[in-house]
Amino acid sequence: MSFLPYAVAVWLFIVGLYGVVSSRHMVRTILSLAVVQSATYVLLLAIGYRSGGQAPIVADIPPTTTLVDPVVQVLVLTDVVIEATVTALLLALVVQAHKRFGSVDPNDLRPLRD
Amino acid sequence: MVIRPLSRRWLNDAVTGAGAVAVVVLCALLLSRAAQHPIAYWMGGFRPVDQVAIGISLSIDPVGAGLATFSAVLVLAALAYSLRYFDSVDGVFHALLLLFGAAMAGFTLTGDLFNLIVFFELMGAAAYALTGYLIEDRAPIQGAINFAVTNSIAGYAMLVGVALLYARTGALNMAQIGLALDRHGADPLVVVAMVLLFLGFLTKAAAVPLHFWLADAYAVAPIPVCVLFAGVMTELGVYAVARLYWVIFAGPMHPHMEAVRAILIAIGVVTALLGSLMCFQQRHIKRLLAFSSVAHIGVLICGVGLLSARALAGVGVYIVGHGLTKAALFMCAGVLLHRFRTIDEYDLHGRGREIPAVGVLMVVGGLLLAALPPFTLFAGKSLLEEASTQAGYGWLIAVFIVTSAATGAAVLRVAGRVFLGWGPRDAPGAGQARAGQVSEDEMQDRPDHTPPMMIVVPVVLLALTLAVALIPGAVPAIEDAAARFTDHAAYAQWVLRGRPVSWPSVAPSHISAVDVLYSSLSVLGAVTLAGLGLFGRPLRARVPRVVGGPWLRALHTVRDLHSGHIGDYIAWWTAGASLLGAICLLTLA
Amino acid sequence: MSRRARLWLFGVAGPGLAAVLVIGFRGLPAFGHYHGVYGLVVNGVELSMRHATDYVTALNFDLRAFDTLGEEYILFASVLGVTLLLRVMREEDEEFSAAGRGLDGSSDAVRLLALVLVPLLVALGVYIVLHGALTPGGGFQGGLVLAAAPAALILAGRYLELKILAPSWAMESAEGIGAAGYALLGLGGLIFASVYFRNFLPAGNPGQLLSAGFMPLNSIAVGLEVMGAFLIVWTAFLDQALLIRRRSLEAR
Repeated sequence: MSFLPYAVAVWLFIVGLYGVVSSRHMVRTILSLAVVQSATYVLLLAIGYRSGGQAPIVADIPPTTTLVDPVVQVLVLTDVVIEATVTALLLALVVQAHKRFGSVDPNDLRPLRD
Repeated sequence: MVIRPLSRRWLNDAVTGAGAVAVVVLCALLLSRAAQHPIAYWMGGFRPVDQVAIGISLSIDPVGAGLATFSAVLVLAALAYSLRYFDSVDGVFHALLLLFGAAMAGFTLTGDLFNLIVFFELMGAAAYALTGYLIEDRAPIQGAINFAVTNSIAGYAMLVGVALLYARTGALNMAQIGLALDRHGADPLVVVAMVLLFLGFLTKAAAVPLHFWLADAYAVAPIPVCVLFAGVMTELGVYAVARLYWVIFAGPMHPHMEAVRAILIAIGVVTALLGSLMCFQQRHIKRLLAFSSVAHIGVLICGVGLLSARALAGVGVYIVGHGLTKAALFMCAGVLLHRFRTIDEYDLHGRGREIPAVGVLMVVGGLLLAALPPFTLFAGKSLLEEASTQAGYGWLIAVFIVTSAATGAAVLRVAGRVFLGWGPRDAPGAGQARAGQVSEDEMQDRPDHTPPMMIVVPVVLLALTLAVALIPGAVPAIEDAAARFTDHAAYAQWVLRGRPVSWPSVAPSHISAVDVLYSSLSVLGAVTLAGLGLFGRPLRARVPRVVGGPWLRALHTVRDLHSGHIGDYIAWWTAGASLLGAICLLTLA
Repeated sequence: MSRRARLWLFGVAGPGLAAVLVIGFRGLPAFGHYHGVYGLVVNGVELSMRHATDYVTALNFDLRAFDTLGEEYILFASVLGVTLLLRVMREEDEEFSAAGRGLDGSSDAVRLLALVLVPLLVALGVYIVLHGALTPGGGFQGGLVLAAAPAALILAGRYLELKILAPSWAMESAEGIGAAGYALLGLGGLIFASVYFRNFLPAGNPGQLLSAGFMPLNSIAVGLEVMGAFLIVWTAFLDQALLIRRRSLEAR
């Protein structure tokens, strides 16, 4: 049972990749990327968890209580910002693709075929 | 943007130029200091206690500082070229260029694994925006999307690898992770972490089958950006693989060194051969140069895969030589694009006669790619050849020769067709897609003269390829630096303890007659292949169909795989990932 | 490749990759029993070292401030990219007439709610930003809440008023000041304490607003940048959807 969080992370990663591979709509591709990213969040946060631990904020709890690992939370925080901004960039590209190609189906984006 | 009226082109150029020059000078200073004793700079003053690091370190050794200097030089070159290449460009281009340069500097100098990924993502964000810069055309949009999606997934794979290593060692500092893994040895978790981290950086380095994004991105990015991509960005992926191996995985993987060697060399060989094959097939000159970069990256991966100090020295020298040459070649392609509004080899047939200087540069570039002595690429290649023989992989030399010959031949063929009007005017095969008619709206009407700056900069770069090889101390210094790079135990000493380490001096290698023989083979091969490409159509018609047919079909299948569809690319990425993972788990765990 | 071929390839490769990941993950420590030294050290020494009570923010803005610098500039680069990619092109025009495009306001109830929300969001955002080192939150979270305040105007259907109240020069300045400010704080560490990003302000008393050195300042810089960045991105997308039209298609 204690493998469940890690299994969820693996599942999200693979399902996200499947979404990217099988998508017929570019916005769905980008949201599938977000699913892959959330796999990394689940993994990191699951790694850092300590049983019975509190959040690593000691404003009103005695400093000697068990705390969960704060480093993974920082990693996830950084990644959330990175993902949000790259998603914005990709969505801007999709908006332009829709205007220029008239479609958001990856199949219809032709000019780079060899 | 409202700020725009306040900024003038000359002001943007001046500020960016000053910044770029300052970075070159500072990196060069760093290099000279780091060559004497490496520097571990702890951000915020958080020095490690008992070899436990709680801050982020910049672990600056000569290889890292050298790559930082090299990337800064190329940023300056790209900026100088863009002064005249773009008729009008707003400050966003300059800002993104500087951010990209900053990311490369941070990437090469950092000693923290998560910090490495942060700078990888910064390089990516600036690169995606720069690739899609010319949105007036349709192709850059697709190229940027393919680039961004593939590299994002690579970043996610790396994150999972970092998470695994963090879970095992409780550290993010590369030296500390290496130290902790030394104590515990290899098990499936460490192997999978290595696979994922290598996957991520090999995607950036465009190893096969993770390479599909590269030709799309290079084909649509503006030329000054391609200069940076081909000159140094892709090579930084190879640097990261080497750094991670020697700092983190050398300890646990030491008993399995032969297996790791075989796997990396296999990837390198496939990449080199596929790149060479696709390169020679292209008529879109930027895609041709892109695939030739893939081929040379394959050679570099073989070099890293040999897992020896001499091979790593060869990789370092090769990166410098190849980067400068490829940058100069892209700039030549830029002149053609700027002048004639097309980048298709057949459309440009004979039109280059107006600009013979560029033709000379292109011929020189093609010969350099074929490893003409005594330029830097030749020096790097000869080091790699020596290292291959020493490691028992002598047959790699044949792969190197084929790659050099094929990529050099492609460039020579283009030069012959465009600047001398040789060869047939119409393309074989009616079904081929029309290559790059590009409208590049930043340039107004077709100019009738080429600004001298656009020719001076590639000349300077090619002169540098000669200079680096001929300056007496340069190549031996790189060999020294490579020897220090591969010293796994010493790294933890100087990063975590700040103890000065004394390194034995390395006997410099010398160019032998055999090296000159190999490179004359590849130069000869390049010239012959180029001639075949230009004049060989009657010969091809004589080849009986029963012999040539299957080859042609295989070739067409490989070409069709590069379809531009992002789903295809990620499917191949997943296939490569699972294959690499399975092989590594079976042989290393 | 045909769609079938692609899905077949993934059908083999996907489970293969999943198997590789699962085999690797089996080596992970049991869920809930993690004892990595980095986190333990930070939990142990941070309070006494910097008097910050929120260890996540302390890591973000002090211990691993260099990572956050990189992240700031990723945000900056992406926003530059978005403005670049969604710029008004030569054959397009921005039309500011509100007629018929839902820009003249929605129902009164929604407008009232938005009016109430705006000061609440501003207050909450400022609180979260300033108390970054003390309570959950910090520059990123607070900056986003601050960005939501003008965005409530979008809910109220008053997009054009948003463009007047939060003009692009203000948002760009906020973003630029935030990004530059963060790097300059690091430089302050170099100037005043001889190491880049060294915390050069006094640590104060834990739990007070002016404590933990320069972390509140870092928070403010990041908050400004995130607020400016997200407003720029949202207005760029909304401009594309609501305002920008191809010139040739409109009868003149």
